[in-house]
Amino acid sequence: MMRRENLLNAVILLGFIAVPLWAWVADEPFIITLSTRAAILALAGVGLNVALGLGGLVSLGHAAFFGIGGYAMGVLAFHAQNYLPLLEAPFLIEGTKSMPVIWLVAILTASLAAFLIGALSLRTSGVYFIMITLAFGQMLFFFMISWPAYGGEDGMSIYIRNGFPGLNTLDPIQFYAIAFTLLLAALWLVAQIQGSAFGLALASARQNPTRVTAVGIRPRHLHLVAFTVSGAITGLSGALFADLNRFVSPTMFSWQTSGEIMVFVIIGGVGRLFGPVLGAATFIAMEYWLDGVSDYWHIYLGAGLLGLVLFARGGLIGLIAGREVAHD
Amino acid sequence: MTEPVLRIEGLSKSFGALVANADVTLDLNPGEIHALIGPNGAGKSTLMQAISGALAPDAGRLHLMGRDITGLDMAARARAGLGRTFQISALAMDHTVLQNAVLGALGAQGRAFRFFAPVMGDRALLGTARAALAEVGLADLATTRTADLSHGQRRQLEVAVALTLAPRVFLMDEPMAGLGLEGSARMTGFLDQLRHRAPILLVEHDMDAVFALADRISVLVYGRIIATGTPAEIRANPEVRRAYLGEEAMP
Repeated sequence: MMRRENLLNAVILLGFIAVPLWAWVADEPFIITLSTRAAILALAGVGLNVALGLGGLVSLGHAAFFGIGGYAMGVLAFHAQNYLPLLEAPFLIEGTKSMPVIWLVAILTASLAAFLIGALSLRTSGVYFIMITLAFGQMLFFFMISWPAYGGEDGMSIYIRNGFPGLNTLDPIQFYAIAFTLLLAALWLVAQIQGSAFGLALASARQNPTRVTAVGIRPRHLHLVAFTVSGAITGLSGALFADLNRFVSPTMFSWQTSGEIMVFVIIGGVGRLFGPVLGAATFIAMEYWLDGVSDYWHIYLGAGLLGLVLFARGGLIGLIAGREVAHD
Repeated sequence: MTEPVLRIEGLSKSFGALVANADVTLDLNPGEIHALIGPNGAGKSTLMQAISGALAPDAGRLHLMGRDITGLDMAARARAGLGRTFQISALAMDHTVLQNAVLGALGAQGRAFRFFAPVMGDRALLGTARAALAEVGLADLATTRTADLSHGQRRQLEVAVALTLAPRVFLMDEPMAGLGLEGSARMTGFLDQLRHRAPILLVEHDMDAVFALADRISVLVYGRIIATGTPAEIRANPEVRRAYLGEEAMP
């Protein structure tokens, strides 16, 4: 069963390489952009999967971290394109158009937010945890709407995509390469975490918190670390998403965004390493094809999701590669 | 006179009007098995939970090796040296037997916050885990999914996980339950040896095992300890006989 899942993962990766390469050769930039969108949203899902899949923490507030990443990019680039310093006293901080710096800021701010939100939310569990993470997400959503400095409700446009040393980020295939590489890096990181001591403790805490406590580990500490890592990865994807669209708006913070990220994970398979990747790819593909068939394509998506949840608890990966088996 | 390893002083716990434990005082000496018996609903499980830190008592103090551990939570008490096994198995059911044992080893060694090295390739942890599994007779089932174990095997795994902690004290909540005759006899022999590594506070319904193993027995009735003594003293105690009349046969 594990072999089958590894094979499936390889096929998914190949798809993420072959489709944009074909589009590049066939001169179909729109398909490359769709692939980039899929890779970036997959990254958001990989982030959520650390909390939801590994930790069993049902967060309906991950749009908060997605939005923070987006605005980290938006705010830094806004100051850079308008030649306005971000801060003058006590020391000068200027905006930047450099992707690596933006990513770092996105990761740091999103993990700080995840740590704080997690520290408060993890005092609850179950349905209360879902509601409180949702509430924090909505709080940030309404804050961004009512804060006029960065466009308020209208959001703001960044006219030129941010730069990466040595690459032309305006070339779709090069920007895709950046997004895909970051997705691979995140998948590698999550795979490491899954196999580590922390991963074992976290998975045990999901199955039986008493067991973990009885061997001297506090589940809440495990959960807080997982939630913070989860928020950091989703924050990074938010920065990339904003760069893809060259636009940020409070929509990134909306609960629908949280729901969509969760849908990627559920479609692909909760707790499966490549679940969110397959989930996001499927979602984007359906959006593309079904949108041509009907304006109400979400109905078909909903029906498909219902079927998956009812008949294939392990999502698409579970459907194809079988249930997860115990392994060393 | 040796100092007790674990000392419980005046521990009380009520749930509303129901008094589960009233002013319980008992201690556990080095190398001994101290059994806690009593009719159903006497408060044995509540007492175990209060000692391990799963429940906060209303009053009373706990000392482990002379150190006051009353203010510690369950995880900290585990790290301080309380190794508990559960009446209802508390195991990660989707994990393998070995993974459950490794979890114990890494918890006891404070290595839960390592994010990169593959845990199932850690020789030190695997060594501790495999040794514990071998001791309880589960070495051959290391790669079995825990959910596929029989009830009795889960009991053995509970004990193995407690062993990986190398605790100062074992708190065992019905380790014989569901073991069957042969398994029960093997576990009795095993606990008999185990007491020399760390003393055992044993809650058990199997009276043959209790009277065969215990150095001392405390009898809990309606949340109070009505007698503490050697098996012979307890057997001869008229108050104990009255409490147990019609409940369980006293050997």
